[in-house]
Amino acid sequence: MDLVQMQKSLQDYTKSLFLEGILDSQFLQLQQLQDESNPDFVSQVVTLFFQDSDRILNDLSLSLDQQVVDFKKVDPHVHQLKGSSSSIGAQRVKNACVVFRSFCEQQNVEACHRCLQQVKQEYYLVKNRLETLFKLEQQIVASGGMIPAVELGF
Amino acid sequence: MAVGEVMRMEIPAGGDLTVTTPELHVLAVDDSIVDRKVIERLLRISSCKVTTVESGTRALQYLGLDGGKGASNLKDLKVNLIVTDYSMPGLTGYDLLKKIKESSAFREVPVVIMSSENILPRIEECLKEGAEEFLLKPVKLADVKRIKQLILKNEAEECKTLSHSNKRKLQEDCDTSSSSSSSHDDSSVKDTPSSKRMKSESENLSSLF
Repeated sequence: MDLVQMQKSLQDYTKSLFLEGILDSQFLQLQQLQDESNPDFVSQVVTLFFQDSDRILNDLSLSLDQQVVDFKKVDPHVHQLKGSSSSIGAQRVKNACVVFRSFCEQQNVEACHRCLQQVKQEYYLVKNRLETLFKLEQQIVASGGMIPAVELGF
Repeated sequence: MAVGEVMRMEIPAGGDLTVTTPELHVLAVDDSIVDRKVIERLLRISSCKVTTVESGTRALQYLGLDGGKGASNLKDLKVNLIVTDYSMPGLTGYDLLKKIKESSAFREVPVVIMSSENILPRIEECLKEGAEEFLLKPVKLADVKRIKQLILKNEAEECKTLSHSNKRKLQEDCDTSSSSSSSHDDSSVKDTPSSKRMKSESENLSSLF
């Protein structure tokens, strides 16, 4: 694949993530903050998000597996994940967290278990997609090309 | 003036204010590592010097307001703006705001609160306590740019006011008036951002000369 094709693939791929609602405009904000002086900014933030989320999801699983679920512990975790996913533009993860929180409020253990599964699903999805996106970017850079700016015409 | 003095711009004798913008030093407080990274970049790209801390407690330590030793070493600490998350474990952003506004050293430093939750009573409570602004997360570049302009404008107005009057006499009067206004339990005064409040007092005084 030549450089122009790779760049087009990347653009199409990125666009699809927005169209599917996996990413929202906050991700574009992050891309705007990336430049020659900070060429890896987005991947750095996203990596922090992955590390942070892995930790939170682990804590959530443990909290929900207790005999007596302490919602005072569960809710702050979900709030944290909601915040960080929102900050990187991981829209579907954020939305899943919003639903999760409402069930925390109702102290509905079963529903919370389902919510956790949903959040995990959305998280692994965005993680997978972003890792693919960064791989495409790396291929372009390795071929001596530049990452094209995302043009969203919709 | 004391610790935490807002940075003064250098004003040439002609009173012309077209000088290079001084670099603002911002203290950013957030318990989320992701948000700290983002806010730091947003501020740096807006040409601000940034110090990030992960909690209200750490912020107080940094400012020397934790009652511990080392406060005397902070005489030269210049912080032009404090940006803090609202929901943090331990000391909330609101608690931090209160402590800053209660301190003589940093009460004039503008404080901006960030929150992912658009809760009106929360916003009102923060503004009433003297927060400069309330930003809804996720914070965008346009938000940071707007805040920066606001802070610079406030500082420019303060400098302009001082340069148009007898500086020394006004300084003394400002010092006495600021100490008396802090002991006032005047809720209407509290609603206005502190930097604007200082300006109106100095304008009143300057009309006496």
